[in-house]
Amino acid sequence: MLKMTDVKKVFRTDLVETHALRDFNLHVGEGDFVAVTGPSGSGKTTFLNIAGLLETFNGGTYELDGQNVSNLNDKKRSQLRNEKIGFIFQSFNLIPDLNLFDNVDVPLRYRGFNSAERKKRIENSLEMVGLAQRMKHLPSQLSGGQQQRVAIARALAGEPRFLLADEPTGNLDTQMANSVLDLLKSINAAGTTIIMVTHDGHLAKQARRNIYVRDGKVSEINEVDIAMPTQLAAV
Amino acid sequence: MFGYYIKLAIKSVKRNPILSLLMITAIALGIGASMTTITVNYLMSADPIPHKSHQLFHIQVDSWDPNNAFNDDDEALPNQLTWTDATNFTLAKKALRQSAMGRSGGIIEPPGDDAKPFEASIRLAYTDFFGMFDVPFIFGNPWDSRSDTNREQVIILSKRTNESVFGGENSVGKTIVVAGRSFQVVGVIDDWQPIPKFYDVNNGAFNETEELFMPFTLKEELELPNWGNNNCWKSPDGEGYKAFLQSECINTQMWVELPNATAKAEYMDYLNNYVMEQKELGRFPRPLKNRLSNVMQWMERQEVVEEDAKMMMWLSFMFLLVCLLNTIGLLLAKFTGKSAEIGLRLALGASKSDLFKQHLVETAMIGLLGGFAGLGFAVLGLLGIKSLYGDFVDDLATLDISMILVALSIALVSSIAAGLYPTWRACNIAPASQLKSQ
Repeated sequence: MLKMTDVKKVFRTDLVETHALRDFNLHVGEGDFVAVTGPSGSGKTTFLNIAGLLETFNGGTYELDGQNVSNLNDKKRSQLRNEKIGFIFQSFNLIPDLNLFDNVDVPLRYRGFNSAERKKRIENSLEMVGLAQRMKHLPSQLSGGQQQRVAIARALAGEPRFLLADEPTGNLDTQMANSVLDLLKSINAAGTTIIMVTHDGHLAKQARRNIYVRDGKVSEINEVDIAMPTQLAAV
Repeated sequence: MFGYYIKLAIKSVKRNPILSLLMITAIALGIGASMTTITVNYLMSADPIPHKSHQLFHIQVDSWDPNNAFNDDDEALPNQLTWTDATNFTLAKKALRQSAMGRSGGIIEPPGDDAKPFEASIRLAYTDFFGMFDVPFIFGNPWDSRSDTNREQVIILSKRTNESVFGGENSVGKTIVVAGRSFQVVGVIDDWQPIPKFYDVNNGAFNETEELFMPFTLKEELELPNWGNNNCWKSPDGEGYKAFLQSECINTQMWVELPNATAKAEYMDYLNNYVMEQKELGRFPRPLKNRLSNVMQWMERQEVVEEDAKMMMWLSFMFLLVCLLNTIGLLLAKFTGKSAEIGLRLALGASKSDLFKQHLVETAMIGLLGGFAGLGFAVLGLLGIKSLYGDFVDDLATLDISMILVALSIALVSSIAAGLYPTWRACNIAPASQLKSQ
């Protein structure tokens, strides 16, 4: 489903050339839950940005759902990103002056759904994360954990095949982090492929596979034997 | 999506009220200054009689000094006619309609013991004046041509004069005393103020129309004073009013109505023949040069839109440009502040073109708000012009619906133009860098 072969990414300035990814090879199958770990500067976030079509790359091939995405134009990349990928960020990235309903509405607007379809999806996804009653609230009226749930609802509203999470619990306390992690595991159990970048070894162990990135390369892949929930957790 | 973009634009304006207000004010000031000068120029250069301005012609013949042209420009012809020539042209009746005309004035003595006399301006013309210029009447009609020929003491009043003297009632058939003589009222005209006052730009292109209208032939009969410009290149031959009238001094305007090109060509032939005949009589010492100018050509030749008014307009455009440059800076600051949101929207599936449209709508909204505020400034500017130059610019310093539309269009187009670069920059950010840094 997601296949990177010898992907290279070089950041150039006038003085410095930085190889963020060097012959990066990874295959993520449907329904997988992959945790990507590694030291700072190892290329984790660069990998995630390329996987999410937020950045281009300098060499190699990248296939998403069997489609080579190397030479797509901006419009095609946006369309693919909108339809197939959901993002969760460390700092939630909610738009502060939009209420929860309108925040979740953002990707659906670009998808071109009609008003009734958008409303149904927004209500369902907020219901899924347990915030349906607060859809008219502003993000500032929520706790960090709740804000991350809204971000997850936003990512799920378009029913993406992939969920890309960059340190999703990095700004949360342990209790909230566990709650968010449970939610992610439930989502994965429902069939969504998740790729999660994290520094947290404990968190990484909750995934099906752990990938360790060092110096822009995948240096280690470990299968994790854990029991995954079979339905969405009540949150 | 357009409705969604409007909603986002409103939120964005509210999110940074001070920055938004600065941009709106910058655009408003530029639009206000531009619209003030554009309005004045527009009204100065408007076609005052659009349905027939191409059929009405002002006559010029070169009756001037053999040694010096009428002014420094050798091509220039005298801008008025002598009383003799204007009278001859009118009586020849070579055009569909024709009228010599001039400006005079006198004291009106209203009926009734309590009413005070007052001074009024008079337009001396032939009966064709009213038909030629489509002058609207409330009561009565123009005098007929016999009144011109027989020098009858008939008069037509402006609406305002009729209100002052007769309380606004139908005064046709009544008598009014002007310049010590009794005149019979034959008509009252409705409000009529061509802008510019094309038929006599020599005596104030934006002055009000006259308060009274009398047969031109009465000028000689009653020895009415000349209230308009009078230019002479040599002294009258003799003393007295008659000698003045028959002199080479120019003080009379002359308009003819020529419905088509053939009529114009024939009239030109007539003018040339006339001048050749006069040359044999010892007049018209300069080379043969006659001219027929239609209304708009005449406005241009007489430079009704003054150079300083044009200059002011261009300066105001420069000011608008400066305001727009400021707006560009403010938009750059505003959109830079929105980089994180733009990056997020890109990540969530917006294309660059989606974001470009969204931000152009926001810019257009700011431009329109600036345009509306600018109209307010323009009204203030026009009020300033009125207070500076007095009542005679009242008709010039007025915003009409077309000017309002022009103001909003300029605001819209210029703000969108100003927004192009900031919008382009905003939409070309690297989303990845913004998402991590939020």
